[in-house]
Amino acid sequence: MEKLEALHQNNKMNARLRKNSIWKSIFFLSTLFGLVVLAILIIRVLIQGLEWIDLEFITSRLSTQADKAGIMGAILGTLWVMVVVIPVTLIIGVGSAIYLELYSKKGKIQSFIETNIANLAGVPSIVYGLLGLTAFVRLMDLGNVVLAGGLTLALLVLPILIVSAQEALRAVPGHLSEASYGMGATKWQTIRKIILPAALPSILTGSILALSRAIGETAPLTVLGIPALLIPFPQGLLDTFTALPMQIYYWTLDSSLVAEYANLAAATIVILLLILFILNSIAIIIRNKYHQRN
Amino acid sequence: MATNSDSNVNKAVNVSELIAKNKKKKSINNYMEKLVPTILFLLASITVLTTIGILYTLISEAVHFFMEVPILDFFTGTELKPLSQNPEFGILPLLNGTIISSLIAILVAGPIGLMSAIFLSEYASDKVRRIIKPLLEILAGIPTIVYGFFAFTFVTPLIRTFWPQLEATNILSPGLVMGIMIIPMIASLSEDAMTSVPNGIREGSLAMGTTKLETTVKVVIPAAFSGIIASFVLAISRAIGETMIVTIASGSSKNFSFDITESMQTMTAFIVEVSGGEAPAGSTLHYSLYAVALTLFVFTMIMNLLAKYVSRKFREEY
Amino acid sequence: MSITTQKKVQIDVKNNDTTTESKTEQPRVVYDTKDLNLWYSETHALKDINLEVTENEVTAIIGPSGCGKSTYIKTLNRMVELVPGVGTTGTIAYKGKNILDNSMKVEDLRTQVGMVFQKPNPFPKSIYENVTYGPKIHGIKKKSLLDEIVENSLRGAAIWDEVKDRLNQNAYGLSGGQQQRVCIARCLAIEPDVILMDEPTSALDPISTLKVEELIKELKKKYTIIIVTHNMQQAARISDKTVFMLNGEVVEFSETDQLFSNPKDKRTEDYITGRFG
Repeated sequence: MEKLEALHQNNKMNARLRKNSIWKSIFFLSTLFGLVVLAILIIRVLIQGLEWIDLEFITSRLSTQADKAGIMGAILGTLWVMVVVIPVTLIIGVGSAIYLELYSKKGKIQSFIETNIANLAGVPSIVYGLLGLTAFVRLMDLGNVVLAGGLTLALLVLPILIVSAQEALRAVPGHLSEASYGMGATKWQTIRKIILPAALPSILTGSILALSRAIGETAPLTVLGIPALLIPFPQGLLDTFTALPMQIYYWTLDSSLVAEYANLAAATIVILLLILFILNSIAIIIRNKYHQRN
Repeated sequence: MATNSDSNVNKAVNVSELIAKNKKKKSINNYMEKLVPTILFLLASITVLTTIGILYTLISEAVHFFMEVPILDFFTGTELKPLSQNPEFGILPLLNGTIISSLIAILVAGPIGLMSAIFLSEYASDKVRRIIKPLLEILAGIPTIVYGFFAFTFVTPLIRTFWPQLEATNILSPGLVMGIMIIPMIASLSEDAMTSVPNGIREGSLAMGTTKLETTVKVVIPAAFSGIIASFVLAISRAIGETMIVTIASGSSKNFSFDITESMQTMTAFIVEVSGGEAPAGSTLHYSLYAVALTLFVFTMIMNLLAKYVSRKFREEY
Repeated sequence: MSITTQKKVQIDVKNNDTTTESKTEQPRVVYDTKDLNLWYSETHALKDINLEVTENEVTAIIGPSGCGKSTYIKTLNRMVELVPGVGTTGTIAYKGKNILDNSMKVEDLRTQVGMVFQKPNPFPKSIYENVTYGPKIHGIKKKSLLDEIVENSLRGAAIWDEVKDRLNQNAYGLSGGQQQRVCIARCLAIEPDVILMDEPTSALDPISTLKVEELIKELKKKYTIIIVTHNMQQAARISDKTVFMLNGEVVEFSETDQLFSNPKDKRTEDYITGRFG
């Protein structure tokens, strides 16, 4: 007993434990730091932007006069871009994922394509802008229209979608496809009727997350030369357009000239965040529904 | 049981024969079976085409630039005056801006991200972790343009209230905000590295009467070290490639200085400025865009490969 | 009476007295395995297997885990190939045709040879869709015909009465034993000639196990059944012939009664008396 007490004194256990709990608080505060900044950011934007949001703001055209300006054009532009991004990324992304997970033999070609996808995911978004500028705006001579912007953003988020679709396919239990093969189903039949339906909820979740990344992206659009002029509302894939993030960008830049522009930018941010929030909620609902069933 | 199977005999058609008959005419299916892998392969190769497209775009245009501006001048030049009478194209001011802003970012995100990772992996209960992690994910999902707005209209004015020397556009505030942006990245990747440290190692240390802090610092972090480093490297790479925050909040002065209160331009912001302006196609200024972009591309690629190399070494340990 | 008149038209394929021309030359031996060797990459999993499986009998394969019994049964419909790096030598003749030959289309083979798996593996679809999955992928689309197949198959698997009122409910809502019988019904729906069963009761409770065993005895009248089991009593209860495998080799193959009462090989005796395994 005495020996233990001596040991306790010697190894300064109390001091060490105190140190432990102090550091624990520091770790906890660090974790809170990011969240506090997040809260400040959101509250700040809401305070600045909310009072500017009304039906008129959402449904009107752009204007140089702050109190008349609306963002209908930017909302429509963002929606049109989604019309391009969704099918393009889904078809290419899911197709590539099926090829990599279920068809390609484990070997050089597969690891080459997978390494390439991993590298693409790390390429700065602005570089995709230059690719889009060269390939879609100039080479295909589309100009800075919805289709060019949508394709550029689709290429940008493709790696995200492929990787998440691969994970979704991998998570389908092997015994399901075994049962299908066991009945004489071919590979494509098994993929179409068993594997894809089982993986669909996770694929949808992944594609919604990729989509939210695409519609919040600004840098590639600045390179494509997307204007913030008083252009007509886009009505098709080959119309010029502006998008919500571009509108935020221009208004923020010009806020040093006209102070109200900062508020307009904040109001537009609220709308953009609201759209992202809705998209992510849908993704979470799909994910939860799917998990309940299993 | 017996009655059941008796009635089983009671059927109007012979299914197996029908199937055999169907098999003979299923030629379209057989065709699909061969066609589908080819189509899917073509879809998968689009990603490879993207890489080729990026490399081709950057290199073919940058070559024009280097025919007019010697490579050595480009990489050692401290002056970037593309629009002056005697234009100068030194990339050092841009590299300077990029490195300083990324350094500020990692100085913020490194400690905070790592400490968050320690908290989440070693101290937090399951319940707390399940609340905090999705919230951190929101932080990672905020569009960068929003951070740019935040840096320019909130952080800069805030700092200027107690540090008036700070210019309206400066490198400090976007650096700080970029740091906040990459906190979730470091936190979640480092946490992954730490949670994959086998529990047996922790228990071995705790069983000798060490505190949790000592176990974390002396055992868990060293074991997860390369994973943590990899997360830092990836986060830096992300900061280097980040565009909108610096474009908005740091202005476009091509200063070659180390004064963080001043406006500086990063490589990414330069690309935005030049491509948004009216650089006539075929001009040196236009081509300089691609030379800078190629440099940026190589920079981030090296960082990404480095991160992968480091984390692969990490995987070999267990 | 009406049943018997129908019977004539409805051709019971497995019965030799109501013949169709393709079935008359059917050999008594369904599966003839000769000198089969199989490797998983470097591991030699099956060694010189020689076996004959006879029509309308239950052949049980027993042996300690890792002896190769599951590998062997999965070779019989070439499901074993789903594992990469599998190599084989020797032949397995199914109705006179070597199934290990490259010209053999695995889909055709698997249409004729059904399989029931260790763990019940219904698709996450309705019971109805589970049973019609096979007929549909093989081109049967007529609703009335599919309805009929569903009823016949579920009756054949002795589960019709339990599920007839909830055919459109998800099969995952059933108990493990019911799920397994739905899987058997799914397998019966395309009227295979042979049913391979890979430890079909190992994941089931004793009562469900008993039900499936009775079903197997019933199915034997129409189908050739090969069953892998880790349960010696089960093999003794339901099979006509038994194979004892050890370390990838067939140690003994004979009538079930004889193998259990009078084993020829010392190793078989040791195993069935519980001295190892």
